[in-house]
Amino acid sequence: MSKKSRLLLAAVLLTAVALTLSSCGRDKRVVLNVYNWGDYIDESVIDLFEKTYNIKVNYDTFSTNEDMYVKIKSGGADYDVLFPSDYTIERMIKEDMLHKLDFNNIPNYKYIADRFKNLDYDPENEYSVPYMWGTVGILYNKTMVDEPVTSWRILWDEKYSKQILMLDSQRDSIGVALKMLGYDMNTRNLEELEAAKQALIQQKPLVLAYVGDDVKDKMVAGEAALAVVWSGDAVFMKRENPDLEYALPKEGSNLWVDAMVIPKTSKHKAEAELFINFMCDPEIAFKNADYIGYSSPHTEVVIMLDPELVADKAAYPSEEDLVNYDIFKDLGDYLKVYDRIWTEVKSH
Amino acid sequence: MKKNWLSYPYLVWMFLFIFLPLLLVLFYSLTTRTEDGLRFTLAHFQRFMEPIYLRVLFRSVKLALFSTVICLILGYPMAMILAGNGFKRKQVMVFLFVVPMWMNFLLRTYAWMTLLEKTGLINTFLSWLGLPPLNLLYTEEAVVLGMVYNFLPFMVLPIYSVLRKIDKSLIEAAEDLGADGFTVFRKVIFPLSLPGVLSGITMVFMPAVTTFVISRLLGGGQFTLIGNLIEQQFLLVGDWNFGSAISMVMMLVILVSIGVMSKYEKENEGSGLF
Repeated sequence: MSKKSRLLLAAVLLTAVALTLSSCGRDKRVVLNVYNWGDYIDESVIDLFEKTYNIKVNYDTFSTNEDMYVKIKSGGADYDVLFPSDYTIERMIKEDMLHKLDFNNIPNYKYIADRFKNLDYDPENEYSVPYMWGTVGILYNKTMVDEPVTSWRILWDEKYSKQILMLDSQRDSIGVALKMLGYDMNTRNLEELEAAKQALIQQKPLVLAYVGDDVKDKMVAGEAALAVVWSGDAVFMKRENPDLEYALPKEGSNLWVDAMVIPKTSKHKAEAELFINFMCDPEIAFKNADYIGYSSPHTEVVIMLDPELVADKAAYPSEEDLVNYDIFKDLGDYLKVYDRIWTEVKSH
Repeated sequence: MKKNWLSYPYLVWMFLFIFLPLLLVLFYSLTTRTEDGLRFTLAHFQRFMEPIYLRVLFRSVKLALFSTVICLILGYPMAMILAGNGFKRKQVMVFLFVVPMWMNFLLRTYAWMTLLEKTGLINTFLSWLGLPPLNLLYTEEAVVLGMVYNFLPFMVLPIYSVLRKIDKSLIEAAEDLGADGFTVFRKVIFPLSLPGVLSGITMVFMPAVTTFVISRLLGGGQFTLIGNLIEQQFLLVGDWNFGSAISMVMMLVILVSIGVMSKYEKENEGSGLF
């Protein structure tokens, strides 16, 4: 090999090495994998976070707590920040799947209203930072229902036969029946559960369908008169169709909280905490609450939001409105009993 | 010499993605996790024998059979028309028949929802005619309709391909011997098309008996089928053992029905799907 060609080869090799190195340099940013409910964030917030901290965010969505749980449990994915609901957080804590948070890295936690701290699913508040909250109630169409809606019993009224939509969700629907009968939504009393089962079987001929997310389309289009819905969806549907109204049943119902947590599989805990802190920044939390329409546990956001929305009992019920509102507890293996009841109802 | 090595990749593939997963499902269905480790049990199968689960199985088989029969009644004449000589543009017809299948299955099912619902197209048309609206969506009939609509091509296409290959001289011979149209069909065409009919039946029955999307979307979650039950065990309850046991029962049901049919097929010297 001549000297010239050897030089050339060396130059080529050097360039190649340099290019490889520099391309490594370009991808030096930390990648944060965030796993949230579908349509549950103002996506411009993610760009803002990426620009502010020079961290890349991989944003991914799930549609039920159970989907998310199975994915994390099977170890198939290493996410850094998750947004599960109360009872799933409780379960994940029990199964040692979550990191304890370092709240020194999350100073914005101070904005979270006290009533959302130290709840049963995370009693010492070591693992989670609340993101959104809400209730389960009755959405009704004022053109089809002309009596006041105050009780779950209206869902058992034969007048509305085939005009009622129930949630296709074991815990929510059995919970509704339990509350209607005056029991706790987390009951492990077989007699109470049996009574709830009978009530649901008795109700079944009146039910048009057991639905999931499609309840929104159905109610907005006027397909049914009454539906069991989550409060945040209710706010959205009321915006789309002014004939709709949301009612909190007097017997009580379910109060839920979705919170941010860091699974043990995360390799970037500090960055994940940075992300959680960023989500609690008043401006950012406002953007999210404004976009999603769900109720924010953030004290500053409540001040910044449209007063009309905050006055709306559907979106921001006061603590007095929420007597007898239970937060779901993780049932562990007892869930099988609920599953059996639900199967019996649905195969009846 | 046979090039046996060509089959090795397939064997490895089948082992990894068919045999091994099946073994896992069987393993899950026969075990239970207790405090001191795994234990062999038949409890999951025993649990399935309870009336509430058997009712679900019965309903699944009933709806699937019903859909299969309707598919056969609708599909056979369709396949004959497509395969027949009298029809000039049959390539176009076959094409049109297949095109909807290119569209996503969920999308097609959602389309039926907007047709059938109370404020949907059909009811809007009825009320325009001054007729009372019908409760079409969220009924057992809607579930069967969804199955028939989605699986009809799986009935038509195998029958069509068998019919097309029938030796025309056989039909001519029958006609020469004085058989009328119906006799030709009964004695020649239908027996020769049986392999296609049998694979059509299996290809419709199998997806119909295991579907969980159609029953949820068009049945409004009121008609729990075996597919829904399995999905529920894995995604909601996290009871993989019971879910696996139901899957095993389901496979047994399908296996038995295929076995019965292939036995019948052998007697008729056919060569169908299995």
